[in-house]
Amino acid sequence: MTSLTAVALRDVTRRFGDVEAVRGIDLTLRPGEIVAFLGPNGAGKTTTIDMILGLSRPTSGTVEVFGLEPRQAIARGLVSAVMQTGGLLKDLTVRETVAYTASLFADTHPVDDVLARAGITAIADRKVAKCSGGEQQRLRFAMALLSDPALLLLDEPTTGMDVEGRRAFWESIREDSVTGRTVLFATHYLEEADQYADRIVLVSKGRVVADGSAAEVRALASGRMLRATLTGAREAYDDLVRVAGVESVEVRGDQVRVHTSDSDAVARHLLLNTDARDLEIVAQGLEDAFLELTGAGR
Amino acid sequence: MSTTVTASTIDPTRRRVPPYGGFNLTVPGIELRRMLRNRRTIIFTLVFPAGMFLAFGGQADWNDDAGHGNVAAYVMVSMALYGAALTAASGGAMVAMERSVGWSRQLRLTPLHPAVYILMKALLALVLGAVAITVVNVAGIVQGRPHMPAGIWVACAVLTLVCTLVFAALGVFIGYLVPGENAMQVLGPGLALFSFLGNVFIPLTEGSTIYRIAEFTPMFGVAEISRWPLTGDLGWVAVVNAVVWFAIFVGGAAWRMSKDTARV
Repeated sequence: MTSLTAVALRDVTRRFGDVEAVRGIDLTLRPGEIVAFLGPNGAGKTTTIDMILGLSRPTSGTVEVFGLEPRQAIARGLVSAVMQTGGLLKDLTVRETVAYTASLFADTHPVDDVLARAGITAIADRKVAKCSGGEQQRLRFAMALLSDPALLLLDEPTTGMDVEGRRAFWESIREDSVTGRTVLFATHYLEEADQYADRIVLVSKGRVVADGSAAEVRALASGRMLRATLTGAREAYDDLVRVAGVESVEVRGDQVRVHTSDSDAVARHLLLNTDARDLEIVAQGLEDAFLELTGAGR
Repeated sequence: MSTTVTASTIDPTRRRVPPYGGFNLTVPGIELRRMLRNRRTIIFTLVFPAGMFLAFGGQADWNDDAGHGNVAAYVMVSMALYGAALTAASGGAMVAMERSVGWSRQLRLTPLHPAVYILMKALLALVLGAVAITVVNVAGIVQGRPHMPAGIWVACAVLTLVCTLVFAALGVFIGYLVPGENAMQVLGPGLALFSFLGNVFIPLTEGSTIYRIAEFTPMFGVAEISRWPLTGDLGWVAVVNAVVWFAIFVGGAAWRMSKDTARV
């Protein structure tokens, strides 16, 4: 593999009128990486993807794809994207849609091969309007894979797929990444990012707030949650919030839930000074890390 | 045409850019099939104008002199223009529809240059216009009443074809103002009205009030130009009319398109 970078964003900002959608993103993707682009709605994911695709230009900073301007990379068939909805003509057949797209590139895989690989040969002569949502999604994939892209951008790729379809989808993506294809996918499904991405880039309010493997991102939000039952839970509240490391305390009937960075101290306090029972300590999941790092939980 | 990728070539230096901004004949071919599959397009743009010709071209005075030919020839040229204008307008309206469903965005992810997209659409409009003109002319030949020298016959058909581009631009413009499938519901009756006003369906008396109004409507100029080889008569009003309306429609289409770029 060459030392070439697939995507290089340097101090990229994008402003729409008074709104700063992207506030300085630096991001480098290496060939063959599968990267999850994670963040709440309005974090700047779609804006960033649009800039990598050359659909919009950054207000400041530079975007390079395989060392080229995004439009140049697109013209060479190096970049493809699969969008979640739309992007198809209802009155074309499946085969016509793929042939139409293929005719626009200098080099592509043969149309029939791509139809077969996407599993839509049997419906090739069907009008797009008569295809199910899943079939339309497979058609979008067929179109995206035509030019053998070195970078594939996916926006919420498995929305609407069932569990089985989602697994099959990721298996085929994994197989392709062996050839050196870089994949960047935006998603809401945390477990999808956790299971299938080599790397997670977490964005919030137009900035990258975490970048690393799922384990690394989880570790960034190091807090734990502690749960216990005790009589006089309400009275215990004042003492609990004063324990070192405690971030928040919730009281529900005779149950307390404590978010803390030092679970040992809270456990010691509860067991020594109260009649706490059924004490549980839970490590934070990726979802908690997500909420904590993006500030979406507050 | 496309060739085959033999191996996975991630090396970007080995990737090629298609010539002519992605221009090819596969796309207009698929688009043509797509249009001709649409039953509504066939009826309104091909069958209807031919029927109109057979109805109007059979009037009592069909064999009266009209320029270098007869009245039936005059009506035939007019109806061919009407049919070609309708096809071109419906083709133009599809540009806006394709943007609204995100197809244009999809095309932006291919090497296709936006100007080449418009060029291929214009080419398609010309081909469809030629089909519409041919259908009406064949109806005329089969019916046997239109009479004019062959050279004039061809000249009228070619001028009509060029004039249809005015309505391709109108179609794009209206497609943006009235998005989706409804554009044709506006364009169909609208073009029929302009055809009545524009001296296409019924000959208007020169100098009458309605004629004065007609001179300002968008069908008037192109109709006069299309029939010029036959009538041998082309006033500057007609030329100015055609040029101004073409400019208005192209300007309108460009204006709406530029407003729309945020989504694409």
